[in-house]
Formats: sequence, structure tokens, C-alpha cells
Amino acid sequence: MSGHEIPTPIRKVPYFTKGTLVLFGIMCLGLATFLARFLFGLGAVTNLNDQYPWGLWIAIDVATGVALAAGGFTTAALAEIFHRGKYHVITRPALLTAMLGYTFVAIGVVTDLGRYYNIWHVLLPPFWQGNSVLFEVGMCVMIYLTVLYVEFLPIVVERFVGRVNFPGPFSIFNKIVDLFLKLAGRALQRVLWVFIIAGVVLSCLHQSSLGTLMVIAPYKMHPLWYTSLSPLLFLLSAIAVGFPMVIFESILASRSLKLKPETKVLSSIARYTPIILGTYFIVKIGDITLREAWPYVIEGSLHSFMWSVEMILGVVTPIVLFSIKRVRNSVGGLFTGATLIVLGVVLNRINVFIIAYKPLYAVKPYFPTFWEIIVTAGLACALVLIYRFFVMNLPVISVPEKDLQSASTRVGS
Amino acid sequence: MDITRRNFLGLTALGTLSAATGTSAASSLHREPVDNKKVYGVLVDTVLCIGCRKCEWACNQEHKLSDKKLQEYEDKSVFDRHRRPSDSAYTVVNEFSNSEDPTGKKYQIKVQCMHCNHPACESACIVGAFKKVENGTVRYDAWKCIGCRYCMIACPFQIPAYEYSKAIEPRVMKCTFCLHRTEVGKRPACVEICPNEALVFGTREQILQVAHERIQARPEKYSAHVYGEHEAGGTSWIYLLPYDFKHTELPALDDRPIPDRTEKIQHAIFKSFVPPAALYGLLGLIMYTQKRDSRGEED
Repeated sequence: MSGHEIPTPIRKVPYFTKGTLVLFGIMCLGLATFLARFLFGLGAVTNLNDQYPWGLWIAIDVATGVALAAGGFTTAALAEIFHRGKYHVITRPALLTAMLGYTFVAIGVVTDLGRYYNIWHVLLPPFWQGNSVLFEVGMCVMIYLTVLYVEFLPIVVERFVGRVNFPGPFSIFNKIVDLFLKLAGRALQRVLWVFIIAGVVLSCLHQSSLGTLMVIAPYKMHPLWYTSLSPLLFLLSAIAVGFPMVIFESILASRSLKLKPETKVLSSIARYTPIILGTYFIVKIGDITLREAWPYVIEGSLHSFMWSVEMILGVVTPIVLFSIKRVRNSVGGLFTGATLIVLGVVLNRINVFIIAYKPLYAVKPYFPTFWEIIVTAGLACALVLIYRFFVMNLPVISVPEKDLQSASTRVGS
Repeated sequence: MDITRRNFLGLTALGTLSAATGTSAASSLHREPVDNKKVYGVLVDTVLCIGCRKCEWACNQEHKLSDKKLQEYEDKSVFDRHRRPSDSAYTVVNEFSNSEDPTGKKYQIKVQCMHCNHPACESACIVGAFKKVENGTVRYDAWKCIGCRYCMIACPFQIPAYEYSKAIEPRVMKCTFCLHRTEVGKRPACVEICPNEALVFGTREQILQVAHERIQARPEKYSAHVYGEHEAGGTSWIYLLPYDFKHTELPALDDRPIPDRTEKIQHAIFKSFVPPAALYGLLGLIMYTQKRDSRGEED
């Protein structure tokens, strides 16, 4: 059945449109601020201080980025490990998102590190500190990023194999590079399963460890979010946001690239959401009940408000929406439900890393500067722009065979 | 279609994951207690402290943090608000009083790194830039540091400060316990200058003894609680206070070492790499059987 859908570069629309130009502008502004941070230091661009050492960049660029890249490992597990062939059409876009997502997480980390040029310390055994949760997160993310690049290689090979065409004097390399690509492609095919499983295991490890990070601050965290079950909650919410994130960006991409949305496949993966998100909801409620934290839910503070919004809009509403077949079968319904879940996870990570963090001697709460926000927005825009470039030049998005035949003359291959 | 087996395998996978992350509390963690005879400590007797702030000056001199003259530290107006240690001051003295005390007498409290028995910063640090050394000092090694500031999140006393204004080579700044002095038999600079024996330096065993003796000798002057003896698993700096520490700026902490909480979870997830390896094996098994099953269905 996968024969009807063929991954191909999408060249129906021009790269630059009004929308992408706006994104390009924000990206440039972000890039300038990014450079300013390295020239003038963290203090010059951020509102970080001794009370609030972590801010927007850790909460969004890193913690949320990792969670929203979960579509990569969840679809890989579904299509490759549980071997549901019909989902192959969504694995490549999800893989690309994960690869770019984690690359930008790495850039986000470097932006935030005071001594970014020492990042290599983490790789050398004399510096290893096995008790550190951050060490575990760092190692897993770095290895997983490598795994993602390996998993993505076959797509690059597929694009260029038999089509290597260096200009002028470099043309003598054509045959050698082509042979190399052929061999690499064949070798990758054999060993790819090792990386696919490793990707899922590594994801489970660091997604949960990300939830362990704030457990080291028992006296600074608001009780609504301080729980030793945090690693399990982070893992479950990452798995829960995996498919919705795929739905969210698949619909956005098809709108932007003027393709027909994969409604059938997307409705089909949306079926899993009430089960996974429901499991998360049950654990979350069970945890609040066991820790007798309900009084904090109804105390009427900013914390109880943020917690309630996170749960009602980001968890309960989409569970209800995705339980209704009619909603799952409509593009609008799918998009609404998926967007709510994505926003819910974003809100959860902001809540855990910023809102719940109440330093003992803080005079005023942390709020990011305009510059911090611009860097985050710039990174997000850059990600979208690179994604667009990749799907327009590499076989990532699958289109039905009949559509391809009519367009093949334009692709020129 | 063998839906039942598929679902069964799926549930087993999820079960392994939750077991790996959830059952953390069940595993135990072995933590070596510090040897009170070997580690140094300082007793801060807030009842004897006269708020002269000479300790602040001596510390700034010793670490070249400020070149302000000693006279400038006689300015008592700084007590109008509570200050925190910063990237330009490893220690500060604040004033506190108890609203329930009819005399309204004011006391001073010196704040600096507590040099915990089981430091949260050491456990949090990704590259081992913090180390509890033999004599009890929690030493920071700027050369190892990558500037992630997770130590600042972890510290229950909220001590580490950071050089945010530096674009290059920013450091985490905190009391060094004058390791360079204690290693050659000298006392920390702040202790040496203290004119009123409000600061007492010795082994942790000695200063705990002094603390309890002072309470016994003048029970009407002191709170019976020796702050730092057990807090967060014990600290090298311990405090004598005129009344309950809840009236001060010292945080209320239980006796459990901070790192216990994360290290238990962390070590349960890894446990000699058995849980990750088991998950890998299980997923491999699922992949193999599912591929075989689907051969007849598809293509």
C-alpha cells in the first residue's frame, strides 16, 4: 500500500512568499540579538539574575523544543517498530522535524551557556558526573541528535544517488561519489533498525530525565508541579504530544505548500491520543490526589490559574475532542485538537521551569526581556524556513503517485 | 490479525517504561556520612555578632572582590534591606529581629556558602566543577565549568551567584571557605578578623561542641536549635540564634540531603544500564515479531 504514496521534493510553490519573508525578517533580528549575546554577555540581553538563573531559553528553546520533537520517536516506534505500514508517509516529515528540532535545542543550549566554548567537557570521561541529571540529559540528547542525522541520511542518499552532477572539473568525482552513496545507502538499510530502536530508547531516557531536573529544587518549586513522578509525567506528555505535533505541522505544511492534507492517516493516528493523553491525565490527577495538593488547585493564585489552564485547555478538552469521530475526521477538528495539545505541553514546560520556580529570596518575578523573546522567535522562524527548504529539495513529504506524474515534468528528473 | 498480542506487547513496553521511571522511590541510595573530625566548620554566633561587617571587608580583600576601605563598612544603612551574596561579595551581613520580642533587639546574621555535607551543587553539576574536598570545603573549579547555572537552581540556600555581565569566562561566585588559607593552617579571613568571637573556626566536631556548650551555659540567650547541624543533611557552617530560625532569613529545610531526591530517580532509571538495555531488547523483539506478522498483510 505504500506504493501509492511517494516521497518527493515539493516544488509547487515558490520558496519566498509574503509569509516566509516575515519569518526571514524575524530570523535576522533574532540572529543579530544572538550575536549581541555573545559580544556583550547574558546580563546585557536577558533578565536572568542570581535568583532566576534559568529563563525563557531553557524553558522554551530547550525543554519545550525537546518535547515538541517527540513526533520523531513516536512515529518511528509506530511505523518501524510496531510496523504499521500506512504510517510511513508521516515518518519522514516527523523525522525531519525531530532532527531540526534537536539541532535547535543544541543551539538554544549554546546560547544560554555562559561558557559555551567548554561544551566539549561533557564528552570527556574525566569530566563525567554520573549523579547529574543534566549530564544524563546532555549525553542522551547529543547521542540522539547523532542518531537522528544517521536516520535522515537515507533521505539524502535517495535524493542524490544516480544524480550526482558536479560542475566543470569536479565532474571526475561524480562516479566515485555516486558509488559511495550507493554503498552507503545499502549499508544504512541493513543497520538502520539498530538506530531506530536506539532513538526510541534514548528519547524515553532523556524525555523523562528532563522531568527530573527540577526535582533537585524541592524548596523552590510550587507544590502543584513538584513531584517525584515528574519524570514519568514528562515522558508521558512527550509521547502524548508526538502524534498531535505531527498532525499540527502536517496540516500547516500542506496548507503552506498547497497539498491535500493527509486527513485519513492523521485521523487514524489521532485515535491514539485519547488513550495516551488520558493515561497522562490519570497519572497527573492521581499524583495531585496522593500528594494531597488539591487545595493548591483551588487557592485562586496565579499558580492555580496556570495549572487549571494547562489541564483544561491542554489535556481535558483535546481528550474530549479526539474522542469524537466526527472531529477526528475533519481537518479543522484535527487541527484544533492538535494545537490545544501542543500549546498544553508548551504551557506545562513553561509552568515547570518558570512559573513553578519560586526562589527563596527573589524580590520580583522573572519576566523575559524583548531580546530573549526575539532570540526564541528567531530560532523558531529559522527552523520553519529550513524545514521549508528541506521539503522543497529532498524527498520528505509523500504525495499520491497520480499527482506526482502530472508534476514530474517540473521536477525535472 | 492478532490484535491481542500486539496490544499485549505494547502494554508491556509501557509497563517497562513506567517501572523504570516510577519505582524510583523504592531503590535506596548509599550516602557516606561526613567525618566530623576531618571536615572544618565555622560557628556563626549571631548573639555575639556586633554587626561591624569587618568579615565582609576581610573577605573582599582576601578575594580581591572590592577595594573599598574598612571605614566604608561602618555604614549601618545597608541593614535597611536584606542583601544577598553576589558576584562581587561572597558574604554579607544582614539585620533581623523578632516581632514577638518586646525588647525589639536587633541581631545580625552573616550569610555565605554553607559548605553542605552533601552539596546539591556538586550533585547537579554536569561536569564536576563542584567538589566537596577532604577538609569539608565545597570547591568550585571555574576551568571545568560550562556556565549552565544548574548549581544555582539546586542550591537550597540559594548561594551561588554568577557573573552575568561578563561575555567571556563568566564564573559562578561563592565563598571558597578560604581553602588557600586553611590548607596552610590559617583560619578563613572572616574568622580571623572577627573581634568578638562571633565566628569560631575548628573541626565540625569542635564547633558543634562549642555551639552546644554555649546554649547550655546561657539557655536564656539562645535558641536550642543549632541551625545547620542537620539541615539538608548537615552543613559545615552552623548558626546559633537568639530565637527560632523562622524569624530569620535562614530557610526551613528538613534533614534529608538534597541530592537524594534526584539521584535515586536517576540511578533507578539507569541501574547498571539494565532498564535501558531491557527496553532496547523488548523493542527489538516487538520490531522482529511485528515485521514477520505484517508480511502476509501488506504488499
